[in-house]
Amino acid sequence: MKILVPVKRVVDYNVKVRVKPDQTGVDLANVKMSMNPFCEIAVEEAIRMKEKGLAEEIVVISIGPAGAQETIRTALAMGADRGIHVTTDAAVEPLAVAKILEKVVGEEKPDIVLLGKQAIDDDTNATGQMLAALLGWPQGTFASKVEKADGSLKVTREVDGGLQTVAIALPAIVTTDLRLNEPRYASLPNIMKAKRKPIDAKTPEDYGVDLSPRLEVLKVAEPPKRQGGVKVESVSELVSKLKNEAGVL
Amino acid sequence: MSVLVIAEHDNKTLNEATRAAVTAAKKFGGDIHILVAGQDARAVADAAAKLDNVSKVMLAESEPLGHKMAEALESLVLSVAGSYDAILAPASTVGKNFMPRVAAKLDVMIISDITAVESADTFVRPIYAGNAMMTVKSSDKVKVITVRPTTFEKAGDGGSANVETISAPDAVATSSFVSEELSKSDRPELGAAKIVISGGRGMGNGENFSMLEKIADKLGAAVGASRAAVDAGFVPNDYQVGQTGKVVAPELYIAVGISGAIQHLAGMKDSKVIVAINKDEEAPIFSVADYGLVADLFKAVPELEEELGKAGY
Ligand SMILES: Cc1cc2nc3c(=O)[nH]c(=O)nc-3n(C[C@H](O)[C@H](O)[C@H](O)COP(=O)(O)OP(=O)(O)OC[C@H]3O[C@@H](n4cnc5c(N)ncnc54)[C@H](O)[C@@H]3O)c2cc1C
Ligand SMILES: Nc1ncnc2c1ncn2[C@@H]1O[C@H](COP(=O)(O)O)[C@@H](O)[C@H]1O
Repeated sequence: MKILVPVKRVVDYNVKVRVKPDQTGVDLANVKMSMNPFCEIAVEEAIRMKEKGLAEEIVVISIGPAGAQETIRTALAMGADRGIHVTTDAAVEPLAVAKILEKVVGEEKPDIVLLGKQAIDDDTNATGQMLAALLGWPQGTFASKVEKADGSLKVTREVDGGLQTVAIALPAIVTTDLRLNEPRYASLPNIMKAKRKPIDAKTPEDYGVDLSPRLEVLKVAEPPKRQGGVKVESVSELVSKLKNEAGVL
Repeated sequence: MSVLVIAEHDNKTLNEATRAAVTAAKKFGGDIHILVAGQDARAVADAAAKLDNVSKVMLAESEPLGHKMAEALESLVLSVAGSYDAILAPASTVGKNFMPRVAAKLDVMIISDITAVESADTFVRPIYAGNAMMTVKSSDKVKVITVRPTTFEKAGDGGSANVETISAPDAVATSSFVSEELSKSDRPELGAAKIVISGGRGMGNGENFSMLEKIADKLGAAVGASRAAVDAGFVPNDYQVGQTGKVVAPELYIAVGISGAIQHLAGMKDSKVIVAINKDEEAPIFSVADYGLVADLFKAVPELEEELGKAGY
């Protein structure tokens, strides 16, 4: 079995981004970048499947600027086998990402595409589902458990009411939720080894996909600021304030 | 102009989030139709028919639709999509699951989790865990949108639309429902509760959440949690409030033993009044709390229960 894992380079989750004063976007200058946490979980899950003998090869792909190569290297150091870097400086919307991935799936013929459920920069939560639709594949999104059965996967999904388990025939799309696993850190020897693993350099033109955005960004603004309030000294003061001042009790 | 809203429900009752989506739909101007996809969901369709400004309800029923299978929902929605300028669904785990499939098939970009409709093609949505609000203008022929329920008023019950039954597409062979494990609770649903009390890692273990449950039962509140509390196994996954969990905006949010990471704030900072109980006075949660109590929760929470008792709860 072969697994394709799309990974996105995003602003590190510990960074509180700032909106640019001219409201054209957020300030990304000198900001720490990392692999999207949900993609790390996807890479980890693929490696575990390989370690269990369920998969033979893990290919990671990232669509993004030069720096995305670092993210691919991180995945290779964790244990993926080879990488594909589709280099572009443009902001690529999930629809276009899914269209490139559709082409890559056509070439690579993976049995599973394992994605993060959500990129923590755009917070769209759509690429895996869009790819599934373009390919006509079934999907198991927001996965907290993935088990392989004969020719299919049993995916336990985190849903609003609790958990739902679905069976999906391969080839299939899986997107990861937080509780699926805890990603490993790459060891130093593996980081060294990853330097020799191959990364295919590609461009969007290689796939003939139109990347022009469908959503024009008119403005990126600060959310309304919330002022911190007061400290209360005791529980009784708290209850009295909630009752008499805030009027919520 | 006509807009299709896909109802959120559990096959028995119409979920309140649908009302928010109808309010968002109203901002487009034009006809509003509702699609109820489920199984034995007639009561939901009847409830949807009463919603303000709704002129038609379509009901489609099948086993996969009853389980909200994304593949089935995709083909159903595509079968009726043709005549609509916009298709809206609440940004629930159901909406997030199938709506991007619909968008991809229509060759349009999904617009996720909108918090405002500026006009029929311009919308506001949060990015970076709500640390920035992005206004986007869509050039697509059909707008496929998920709606953040907490930021739109709930549509009322002033309508009387007809319910029309439509046929459900054949089940796809490649996906099937296996089982579900739903949290059972008599408390209100997190997304709809007027008061939410959430616990974090500071709660120490799952048993200690009973302290919060007692208060929740007094106040008619829902119980939520931080990711750390869910990851530690204190409470089930559906309790998680935050960027990648549920977004809530109750009248009163009480955060107990929660530090206030940006990912948590993303899910609750639009609450009307925020209370934080934390023993660390430097905890970032205090920067958004209207009322902060620096205290050991194991002392403060039982006291809170007692004080509420005194106050008649
Ligand atoms: C991709 C990603 C997505 C995420 N999504 C979410 C999300 O949706 N929701 C979410 O909540 N988090 C999310 N997180 C996690 C987030 O970054 C934090 O790790 C998490 O919110 C911390 O939970 P906590 O506040 O309970 O724990 P901690 O940060 O450990 O805080 C515990 C707090 O309890 C206090 N405390 C301890 N003992 C007591 C006591 N006896 N009395 C009073 N106070 C006490 C401490 O002072 C501390 O402030 C996400 C992280 C990532 C990377
Ligand atoms: N530019 C990209 N390159 C590679 N993978 C991506 C890219 N954008 C999104 N993805 C994948 O799609 C998932 C969901 O992203 P999104 O739909 O943007 O929230 C991510 O976790 C990645 O697995």
